[in-house]
Amino acid sequence: MIQHYPALVVILPLCGAALSLALTKIHLHLGRNVIFLSMALSFYMSIMQLRNVVINGPMEYRFGGYAIPYSIEFRIDTVNGLVVAMVALMGLITAFYCISGEIRSEKLKVGGAYAVVALFVAGMLGNASSADAFNMYVFLEITALAAYCLIALGGNRGMVAAFRYMLVGTIAGTFYLLGVGILYSATGTLNMQDMSIIIQQGGKDEAVLVALCLMIAGLGIKSALFPFHGWQPSAHTHEERGSAALIAGVMVKIPVYMLFRFVYCVFGTNFKYMQQILIVLGIFVGIGMMYGSIRAIGQTNMKKLLAYSSITQTSYFMLGIVIGSPVALAGSLLHFIGDAFIKGGLFYCAGAIKYKFGTVNIDNFGRIYKKMPVTSALIVAGALSMIGIPPTVGFFSKWYIAMGAIQTGKYIFVILLIISSLLNAIYFFKIIEKIFMSKDKGLEDVRPVKKGELPWSMLVPMSVCIVVIFLLGFLNVKIINMVLPLLKGVGM
Amino acid sequence: MNMLAMEFRPLYAIFVPLIAAGLIYILGERIHQNIREAITLTAAALLMVVVYSMIPSVLAGNEIKLELFSIVRGVSFTLGTDPAGMIFACVASTLWLPTSIYSIGYMRGHHEKNQTGYYAAFAVCLAATMGLCFAANLVSFFMFFEILTIATYPLVTHYRDEEARKSGRKYLAYTLISGQIFFAGMVIIYVVSGSLDFVPGGYLTEAMLPGPWALLVFFMMIGAGIVKAGVMPLHSWLPAAMVAPTPVSALLHAVAVVKAGAFCTLRVILYVFGPKLARDCQGAVILAWMAVFTIVLSSLIAIRQDNLKARLAFSTIGQLSYIILGISILTPISTSGALYHIVAHAFMKITLFMVAGAIYVTTGKKNISEMVGIGKRMPVTMGAFALASFALAGFPFFAGFISKTNIIMGAIEAGQPMFVATLIVSALLAIAYLMPVVIIAFRNGHINPEFAQRGEAAPAMLVPLLIAVTLSIVFGVEPNAGLNLLEFALMAGKAVF
Repeated sequence: MIQHYPALVVILPLCGAALSLALTKIHLHLGRNVIFLSMALSFYMSIMQLRNVVINGPMEYRFGGYAIPYSIEFRIDTVNGLVVAMVALMGLITAFYCISGEIRSEKLKVGGAYAVVALFVAGMLGNASSADAFNMYVFLEITALAAYCLIALGGNRGMVAAFRYMLVGTIAGTFYLLGVGILYSATGTLNMQDMSIIIQQGGKDEAVLVALCLMIAGLGIKSALFPFHGWQPSAHTHEERGSAALIAGVMVKIPVYMLFRFVYCVFGTNFKYMQQILIVLGIFVGIGMMYGSIRAIGQTNMKKLLAYSSITQTSYFMLGIVIGSPVALAGSLLHFIGDAFIKGGLFYCAGAIKYKFGTVNIDNFGRIYKKMPVTSALIVAGALSMIGIPPTVGFFSKWYIAMGAIQTGKYIFVILLIISSLLNAIYFFKIIEKIFMSKDKGLEDVRPVKKGELPWSMLVPMSVCIVVIFLLGFLNVKIINMVLPLLKGVGM
Repeated sequence: MNMLAMEFRPLYAIFVPLIAAGLIYILGERIHQNIREAITLTAAALLMVVVYSMIPSVLAGNEIKLELFSIVRGVSFTLGTDPAGMIFACVASTLWLPTSIYSIGYMRGHHEKNQTGYYAAFAVCLAATMGLCFAANLVSFFMFFEILTIATYPLVTHYRDEEARKSGRKYLAYTLISGQIFFAGMVIIYVVSGSLDFVPGGYLTEAMLPGPWALLVFFMMIGAGIVKAGVMPLHSWLPAAMVAPTPVSALLHAVAVVKAGAFCTLRVILYVFGPKLARDCQGAVILAWMAVFTIVLSSLIAIRQDNLKARLAFSTIGQLSYIILGISILTPISTSGALYHIVAHAFMKITLFMVAGAIYVTTGKKNISEMVGIGKRMPVTMGAFALASFALAGFPFFAGFISKTNIIMGAIEAGQPMFVATLIVSALLAIAYLMPVVIIAFRNGHINPEFAQRGEAAPAMLVPLLIAVTLSIVFGVEPNAGLNLLEFALMAGKAVF
């Protein structure tokens, strides 16, 4: 049975999405519950699959059982096994979080919104599992289409942001597709392992270089890497509350993961132009780390602040790729997983505050810690992790990234990393100061909850995030040891 | 208790205050405040028992070493009880109980708000201090060091007004920046040496850090320590942080936080770099002169302060630099003196701060110029102040005498007449900034009519400060009394060189 898990992890939410639309006709909550069930199962399977990968080595799943260049392949190793588990968990808790967004009074068919969330998650899971360049494009577009819907759910301004994102996202997708097309014509295969063997034989370096550049541009736009980040702040600001965590916390990370695959697993460090590519990426990353943090300092809208902070975080993941030593790659992977829960969690907080008080302007946050202790705790935990205070996960990921940078003699990135995390401290302590110390603005509870701070459907995902931020810190050695053998094979 | 459970005592020392903090924070508003304070006091007493119980085995040379789990790849989370750490742990745990009693008197006498958060953050600070005393490698140390930084922030900003927030920002700016630089230095050390364990005498060699690298990494590493210890020109957060309630200034800004900085410097210089490399890279000499400069200048500034707490803050800056100087002279005897000064200064300075707080709560006076004749009203309190002042100036039969003598002997041994001169001059300066307070307090003549009636501070404040001043005399007459602290200091000095 376990050999089918790689496919089932992706297919379950996909089926859930399709089924729920029909089931909603029978009963309002039936469709929703089917989706929860499918996501919970998918998460369980992703964990079992990760365990299996750690014990028995990579899993390959060929659809239809055809031989390799002809069949679509899912390939799970420790790196994407972790990514899949992270996406599945975030998807599950975000679906829970979305319960609070249901409008109960009207006879709204809630199945639709859940179906989009499930589709979104399935797209990302597929993207992370796939070992086929074109298949990745398909999942990338599934994710993107679902994301347009989710952003558009955020009201009128959300609609505008979604349209803007759609234009940019389509261009990005096309860039990527062009890259895949060139690679296909140059190598005659779409399977990434196959492709890497052919590329490393050399001979068509210039052609595949163009493909790589197109892919970097396409995936850079999708992941809002500086200088391709223009679409991102407005999209993150206006998207629908529930899904914001998924879009900002997980979606923008998947293209970075793909880029890692292409740079290190397909092209490899021996590729003729790799040094030049990494230098260019290094410049992007260096500026992006500063730019995101500096822009975030000036924001008063919490969602926009977090959006700019995301640009910095994306640069941190890219930093691992730019440095390229196995330890740095492992560190950035740790940051990649940790940040999903940090950034996702902080978007949960922004959503929760909006839900309770109808505002995301941090100037209005005066002393809300008394009314929202869990939310405040998550903001503090997230902030400490972003700054890199032990024992949160942010410290450990920075430790490995800095170690990789020093081992390879790229001291400039250590300096930038430190400056950027101190800039993070400025805007996060600004929020903390508001929450704990500023004058109480006497915000009105727009949606009086009968008991407690927030509905449980919001508190549970937020508590999960707090736990995971510290748990990943304590488990960091396990995770690093898990992925390091693989990364040693591909890194510099 | 069986042997296995005993082995975990350093961990208990961290968890006792941590659990207390959790209980206080969760139960705080729901239970009567007496019960809440009972949690603090119980934890303080328990912590004292735990720490004291480790003294005999450390004295016998059996250090407890506790390797728990892998904290980062290649480095485990290790706790150990070495003599240097024991000194700091004994001082901090001994003073937590009196300071907690004093806190109760102060906070209630002053009708403070947000007391629950205050007691909880205080307990977290103690847990972090215990952790950094017992941490046996740099990563574990850094973890507690940063937790201490963060946990002190809510205490500095306790009043939540604009001034407190400004001080809080300043405090964070200094400590976080230096902390991050420390972090980078730590990574460099790990990359070049492959180890982060504290080794008496250090483990870095010139081959690992050639030429200017040694000096650069040296200052990256001690930066965090000297910021927290208030060495000039990195001191200005400390006077600003005096906006905190006085018990915070007393325990944290005279004992835990600033001494954590001095302790960090000690660990880095003597347990990571080692005396040889520290001397060869010129880092120790530069640091010693920074300390000399700080000692003189801070004393001169202290003379000009009218606010009593500000004067004490600058005095703290100067006194902490004694410890830094004692470490950077790099002789066994001066190191022991520096370690013993952690003890001596703690008891003396906490008395002075407690008196300042008692005066403030009882009479509302903050400035020295308003305290003319206050000795008439609070003779016992001011008597304690006078005794602690003598101690701080280094009079014989007080704790300060022993530590300073050792540092001076070290300076003579190292052939540094300028350091000897500085130490003597600064003793005179200490008299110059503390004696006027005593003289003004006990002056006859135009007495403020407010002070005509006798009225001491509340017992909850008076008793702790009397305990502290008594202990600073006891440790001056019999330095090994009870806790064998001088013995530990000598052991640590011997082990390093």
